[in-house]
Amino acid sequence: MSTKEWPLWEVFIRSKQGLSHKHVGSLHAPDAEMAVSNARDLYTRRSEGISIWVVESSQVFANDPADSDPLFEPSQTKIYRHPTFYEVPDGIEHM
Amino acid sequence: MKEINMTALEQLFQAKIEKDIKIEPKDWMPEAYRKTLIRQISQHAHSEIIGMLPEGNWITRAPNLRRKAVLLAKVQDEAGHGQYLYSAMETLGESRDKSMADLISGKAKYSSIFNYPTLSWADIGAVGWLVDGAAIMNQVALCRTSYGPYARAMVRICKEESFHQRQGFEIMCTLMKGSKEQREMAQDAMNRFWWPSLMMFGPSDADSTHSQQSIDWKVKRYTNDELRQSFINASVPQAELIGLTIPDKDLKWNEAKGGYDFGPIDWEEFRQVISGNGPCNAERIAARKQADDNGQWVREAASAFAEKRSAKKAS
Amino acid sequence: MNSLYKYILRIADDSLILGQRLSELCGHGPIIEEDIALTNIALDLIGQATSLYEYAAIVGGEGKTADDIAFLRFEREYVNVLLVEQPNGDFGMTIARQWFFDSFRVLFYDAMLESTDQQLAAIAEKSLKETKYHWKHSSEWLVRLGDGTDESHDRVQTAINYLHRYVDELFFMDEVDTALITEGIAVDLASLKVAFDAKTSEVMEMATLSFPTNNWKQVGGRVGKHTEHLGHILSELQYMQRAYPNMEW
Repeated sequence: MSTKEWPLWEVFIRSKQGLSHKHVGSLHAPDAEMAVSNARDLYTRRSEGISIWVVESSQVFANDPADSDPLFEPSQTKIYRHPTFYEVPDGIEHM
Repeated sequence: MKEINMTALEQLFQAKIEKDIKIEPKDWMPEAYRKTLIRQISQHAHSEIIGMLPEGNWITRAPNLRRKAVLLAKVQDEAGHGQYLYSAMETLGESRDKSMADLISGKAKYSSIFNYPTLSWADIGAVGWLVDGAAIMNQVALCRTSYGPYARAMVRICKEESFHQRQGFEIMCTLMKGSKEQREMAQDAMNRFWWPSLMMFGPSDADSTHSQQSIDWKVKRYTNDELRQSFINASVPQAELIGLTIPDKDLKWNEAKGGYDFGPIDWEEFRQVISGNGPCNAERIAARKQADDNGQWVREAASAFAEKRSAKKAS
Repeated sequence: MNSLYKYILRIADDSLILGQRLSELCGHGPIIEEDIALTNIALDLIGQATSLYEYAAIVGGEGKTADDIAFLRFEREYVNVLLVEQPNGDFGMTIARQWFFDSFRVLFYDAMLESTDQQLAAIAEKSLKETKYHWKHSSEWLVRLGDGTDESHDRVQTAINYLHRYVDELFFMDEVDTALITEGIAVDLASLKVAFDAKTSEVMEMATLSFPTNNWKQVGGRVGKHTEHLGHILSELQYMQRAYPNMEW
């Protein structure tokens, strides 16, 4: 007899106060509480975290990689959005 | 074949590989690349999980409290590394359950080294020092593998494994500084684990069926023979430093190549072990099957509970 | 042999023997995720035992090290409760054993924070954090197994029925405790009983499980009278120290 596999969860860890949660990997768990528990044991064995988020992987909606050129390339030509685009006379600091 | 008939997608893929741009899960990839990765990552994951058994064999008999805690932590890391790798494999669309079923049925392969028994406490030293040493040699190279999730898992694993080899070498050092019995125990472990450790890098390049394509795809960054040579070059001085003898009468420094020459590897033994006829193959698979069977009702219970609870929430 | 020494050994032996039992499962856990969790608990317990044996060595070890005390006593000299030496059995048995023990230990360490013995209070503070997590973990599993499938319910109920006879011994006290309680060093275990009953009943209800009605109780571990299991645990635990005496490892 085979049983349904436990769902996959994506794990996000805040490594220290003041930083945002960062994706670290995924794991299997039957429910959210157990996912947090497993994430604690799997991803924070060496004090890597102080806060854990888990999201069921099936709930993550991502863009289609085939669209990535129309999505992301147009911004590459808008270099005027970056401060290095502008010329500042010598001697000006803190701008 | 590669030059002609290449579709645009394949060209794009190959261009990324050549520019060392990582391939990510949803990117287009040739089916053969996906298959190669699934095979390699799952074998790697299985090796971590099966690898828990020979060392786990000594946890309850560890000689003192410190060694017991260290060994527990180390074997536990391997369970973690297995999970990181299964997760990386799952990004390629292969389920962990299916992969695990292949392991239990004997269809999937894992590192041949774990089919050798750990017969004394010194074997725990030898496994940590030589087997983990060989594994790390391989894994450091894999941190730059072309598939993103695999590379990231390897970076994490390498960071965590840095203590594994040291604790093994520390056990060997302590034994070599100890009584005559302890030194003999250490040398005996060395004699049994040296050659199987060299086999861990896989068949020699001339006989390896997968090597060249994997190198072209940058799944593998160095060949089996290159890694084996680096391992020997690193290990021989370590053994000499603590007074252990390498069980190879042909071992000799070769100034011209800047490395050691070494005697012939018994590839027949390797083939036997890899095809199921090693000293512990049957026990290893049986232990994994038993653990899986024992967990069946537990997994069902947790799933049933989760369903009941979400039904309750919904109503 | 002074009372404080004996008292420390009772706490230490509970941790060591349960840690040893759990480490048998390393690599054989029913689910890979759980393999890691149980090993974490084993590591915490071995760590607690180590701190306690180190303290015992200072208090009354007569020149012995923590390892000597942990590894080189005879069966009758170990004073852990019978509960912790019971075999792992199926996962239901492992979890039920852990849960009974954790439920007690959380209350015990919490009370020990107030000990006038600063060393014990410090060990309690560190151990309490670990034990609270163990308890959360074993409680969550008890509820999932109890309220999971029919099979899991039956299995874990069988485990509860079997282990219940060993629970009362967690509250065992004798002259070792009496003097130390007066000095404010030891925890008066009788004072924890009401809270223990409330804490366990609440989880049992969530798990849809019930305690067995018979009140058969087994004691003896605290004075070195064990079940047959302990001898086998020790023969593995002590193998290296007995086969190769007086060596560094």
